[in-house]
Amino acid sequence: MYEFAYHRPNSIRKASSLSASGEAKFLAGGQTLLPTMKQRLASPDALIDLAGIEALQGIELKGRTLHIGAMSRHADVASSAVVREAIPALAALAGDIGDPHVRAMGTIGGSIANNDPAADYPAACLGLGATIVTNKRRISADDFFTDMFETALEEGEIITKVLFPLPRRSAYAKFDNPASRYALVGVFVSKRGRDVRVAVTGAGPCVFRVAAMEDALSKRFAAKSLDGISVAAGDLNSDIHASADYRAHLVGVMARRAVAAA
Amino acid sequence: MSNTGIGARVARLEDQRFITGAGKYTDDVNVAGQTYAAFARSEHAHATVKSVDSKAALAVPGVIAVFTGADLEKDAIGPLPAGWMIHSKDGSPMNAPGHPCLVQGKARYVGDPVAVVIGESLAAARAGAEALAIDYDVHEAVTDPAKARSSATQLHDSAPKNTCYEWELGDKAATAAAFKSAKHVTKLSLSNNRLVPNPMEPRSALGNYDAGTDSFTLYTTSQNPHVARLVMSAFLNVAPEHKLRVIAPDVGGGFGSKIYVYPEEVVCTWASKKVGRPIKWTADRTEAFITDAHGRDHVTNAEIAMDERGKILGLKVHTTANLGGYPSLFATCVPTYLYATLLSGQYDIPAIYAEVDAVYTNTVPVDAYRGAGRPEATFLVERIVEIASREMGIDPATFRKRNFIKKFPHQTPVIMNYDAGDYAASLNKACELIDYKGFGKRRREAARRGKLRGIGFSCYIEACGIAPSAAVGSLGAGVGLWESAEVRVNPTGNVEILTGSHSHGQGHETTFAQLVSDRLGIGIDQVTIVHGDTDKVQFGMGTYGSRSGAVGMTAISKALDKVEAKAKKIAAHLLEASESDIEFKDGAFSVSGTDKKVTFPEVSLNAYVAHKFPSDEIEPGLKEGAFHDPSNFTFPAGCHICEIEIDPETGVCEIADWVAVDDFGNVINPMIVEGQVHGGIAQGVGQALMEGVSYDSSGQLMTGSFMDYCMPRADNLPSFKVDTTVTPCPSNPLGIKGCGEAGAIASPPAVINAITDAIGHENITMPATPQVVWQAARQGAARAAE
Ligand SMILES: Cc1cc2nc3c(=O)[nH]c(=O)nc-3n(C[C@H](O)[C@H](O)[C@H](O)COP(=O)(O)OP(=O)(O)OC[C@H]3O[C@@H](n4cnc5c(N)ncnc54)[C@H](O)[C@@H]3O)c2cc1C
Repeated sequence: MYEFAYHRPNSIRKASSLSASGEAKFLAGGQTLLPTMKQRLASPDALIDLAGIEALQGIELKGRTLHIGAMSRHADVASSAVVREAIPALAALAGDIGDPHVRAMGTIGGSIANNDPAADYPAACLGLGATIVTNKRRISADDFFTDMFETALEEGEIITKVLFPLPRRSAYAKFDNPASRYALVGVFVSKRGRDVRVAVTGAGPCVFRVAAMEDALSKRFAAKSLDGISVAAGDLNSDIHASADYRAHLVGVMARRAVAAA
Repeated sequence: MSNTGIGARVARLEDQRFITGAGKYTDDVNVAGQTYAAFARSEHAHATVKSVDSKAALAVPGVIAVFTGADLEKDAIGPLPAGWMIHSKDGSPMNAPGHPCLVQGKARYVGDPVAVVIGESLAAARAGAEALAIDYDVHEAVTDPAKARSSATQLHDSAPKNTCYEWELGDKAATAAAFKSAKHVTKLSLSNNRLVPNPMEPRSALGNYDAGTDSFTLYTTSQNPHVARLVMSAFLNVAPEHKLRVIAPDVGGGFGSKIYVYPEEVVCTWASKKVGRPIKWTADRTEAFITDAHGRDHVTNAEIAMDERGKILGLKVHTTANLGGYPSLFATCVPTYLYATLLSGQYDIPAIYAEVDAVYTNTVPVDAYRGAGRPEATFLVERIVEIASREMGIDPATFRKRNFIKKFPHQTPVIMNYDAGDYAASLNKACELIDYKGFGKRRREAARRGKLRGIGFSCYIEACGIAPSAAVGSLGAGVGLWESAEVRVNPTGNVEILTGSHSHGQGHETTFAQLVSDRLGIGIDQVTIVHGDTDKVQFGMGTYGSRSGAVGMTAISKALDKVEAKAKKIAAHLLEASESDIEFKDGAFSVSGTDKKVTFPEVSLNAYVAHKFPSDEIEPGLKEGAFHDPSNFTFPAGCHICEIEIDPETGVCEIADWVAVDDFGNVINPMIVEGQVHGGIAQGVGQALMEGVSYDSSGQLMTGSFMDYCMPRADNLPSFKVDTTVTPCPSNPLGIKGCGEAGAIASPPAVINAITDAIGHENITMPATPQVVWQAARQGAARAAE
């Protein structure tokens, strides 16, 4: 690790102004950022710890929308009575991220800002049609996750919370990468009125929706509806853990399992 | 049996300190004036180092010095040697170039250390290492052992065709004849996957030169500190033996990887004199992945011949063993005398012929890893026997029983002379425990849930208690494999045991104390086990090859015999009786037929005050030593049965049940033995289902962290049903055989036999990850549909 300055501002405004100078980075749970710095793959000259900012905390149900503060830890979301009641699939997803240490530290804001192609939360955001709120604007999940480790966030922009409209039914089916236990393939499905969403993480360079599956499910929301629908392996990842063919196959299996569980 | 004696389930004495963070590991040792080392390692798998420019590194604040291979050469610090001579078929000695501790000429794997930077702090040393400008001339790499011999890439000038040796064992003509008369021949090609040992504690070294006495102290993570000292003195020229103290304090696991002397500990020791300061280095996990000796990595073709009833007539094996970039200390014997000598398994096989070609590739050196050679032999034998039984339509348990060795001693065609065993007993017990008869029902029930259920046997044997010195000497070993012990009785009757064995997870502080408690009738809290320090223990061969029970404890037992004999003499004087009338039982010496008694502590005190016996006849004091050289290997054996359920949609395998029935001879502490079996099975399941090193064609390690290299975790494993059968080992007085490696040896074929049983064909490679199993299950389904 290289030397860096450490700031712990208590407001979003201060955090934002601190980020204006030099090569600063926001620090949330540190579960991704700190290992990268230890390996000397990142060398920010300053870390701006977001943990002291009250406005980024808290989980709340307002009408038919669930508000989750950016600094909510995975363990908070997993054990929150509000989340479990409102969107049980989201609580279950958070409870299956990494291990207890990671869940005690990692945050929803950090996870989606990082947009790891194998992360779980991006599937929930896209699969539930969430809105990402920042200190500058609101971004729909459909526009937020742009590419591998890339998001619509601008330099110095801070995620403050994520808004999830309540679905009628939803479920997440994750096939663990045996080594890292990130998603080798994860499929989040939801149904809200006639709006059906199927979001896939782990399989491609970035989380994506499967229109053919959504169409079929909006006609009839049942696992059977997905028979014969597959995603093209050509666009998927292939690595030492899984070929694109295997991933494509798993997308189908996990989608059916998610629908059955929803 | 006392509650702390032999056979008792004593909770491990050392665990209190381990689980409360009070253990003292090498990295916990800090000495005044300490500096830190960072190694600059080759990023290329195969490259000539043209130059190392250290100007910028030396300018980094806090950097003290930079050394390269040229500095080692100047001081005549030798390369790491291969410690076991193997001769090729044609009689020529192996080609075993040494491994310079810092690259001299070419780097031969990613991670090969090129230079070391010494800094006031770890951060300074690392910044210095980064600032080094190393100019490489990069060459093509070869990583696949199957391609090494035909590759245009040459690693070592002295090893044509990248070959260390082309070795053979057994009777080629007799085996060919056996195949001629066969009714059925089964063929198998397999690879035994390469593994990273991953002990919990990474390697660490702290070298310290003392100018006052002109001597060195090295703290290091070693399974055998005396051997480390011997190698560093006799072969590397670091310091004479009497000027080098090696201390291996608490060591957090080794699995073989901490047997060998590594470049880092040599460099830290040697350089501590050059900079006049102590030097510490501790590997991070990334370094562990690219520098700890890896395990296994075989490519094998085999054939087995049977008569019409399934009686095995002969076995033919050809193996290519990957040694990596250099021959590590014991690497050359692993795929030869620790492998091919076990190819008879538990079976009476009249003719065996094995050929092993050992090759160099641009990969991390490979050496002994839990089981060392014997897992490779067991995997081959238990897979091919299983397939043979399936092909011949004979129940796999029946097929095995038909071929078991039943009379002992049994001379196999591949050197080993099995002394005792009852293989049918462990197989029968295992079948009962798993309810073999009920398997068909369980399989049908699983099918109704959409799961494929399979059952897999593994009847393994291993050679442990390594090893008779003369025997291994005749096979090429550079050392003898006896063990030493010293029993020091203090005047107040408590006891220190100095042993040449070394505990790095095995629980010697408990089991060795149980032996002493049993023999001397004192509590185990009255016993201290001293190990791991060349200044305290005079010499020893260390711990590996499941040898510390059979060899190390026998040495202690012998020394205890001497203590008891002398104590009897003293007791006779105290009791004014004839020595021949003295009995020793439950910690007291008595005169037979009387109630006259004196306790062990009373005798101890009298041994040191020396008032009551003629000291011209009996020397004062009570301290005895012994060296024990075993007369044979020991042969633990047993039967593991695994049941697996496969989700054909995803290929995920779940181990549904596991039975292990092992014959370890007499057992000192059943709880510790069960722990060893559990851990061993976990490692074997890791090899079978999860772990596997992957290199890309340029020699970059693709599985260099736990994110990509999959270790077994608790939720991958069921509750094991562990039991034993006992045939006492005839070659040591305690009757023990060793249990440290059995689980890792037995388990991989049990898993793969279960998977292949479930999917209905044999085409599976390890690690059988979900993807591998899914593909295989699809092939199976396609075949079933035909
Ligand atoms: C062993 C291990 C296993 C894991 N397993 C999983 C898994 O199974 N599934 C999964 O999804 N994830 C997994 N993770 C990742 C984990 O969820 C991390 O917490 C997450 O990726 C990053 O969140 P963080 O809060 O730690 O962010 P940090 O590491 O602190 O930050 C990550 C990035 O996001 C930026 N950032 C953080 N907060 C904000 C914000 N509010 N606004 C703007 N930018 C911000 C930071 O500047 C940084 O660039 C695992 C991690 C580890 C170490």
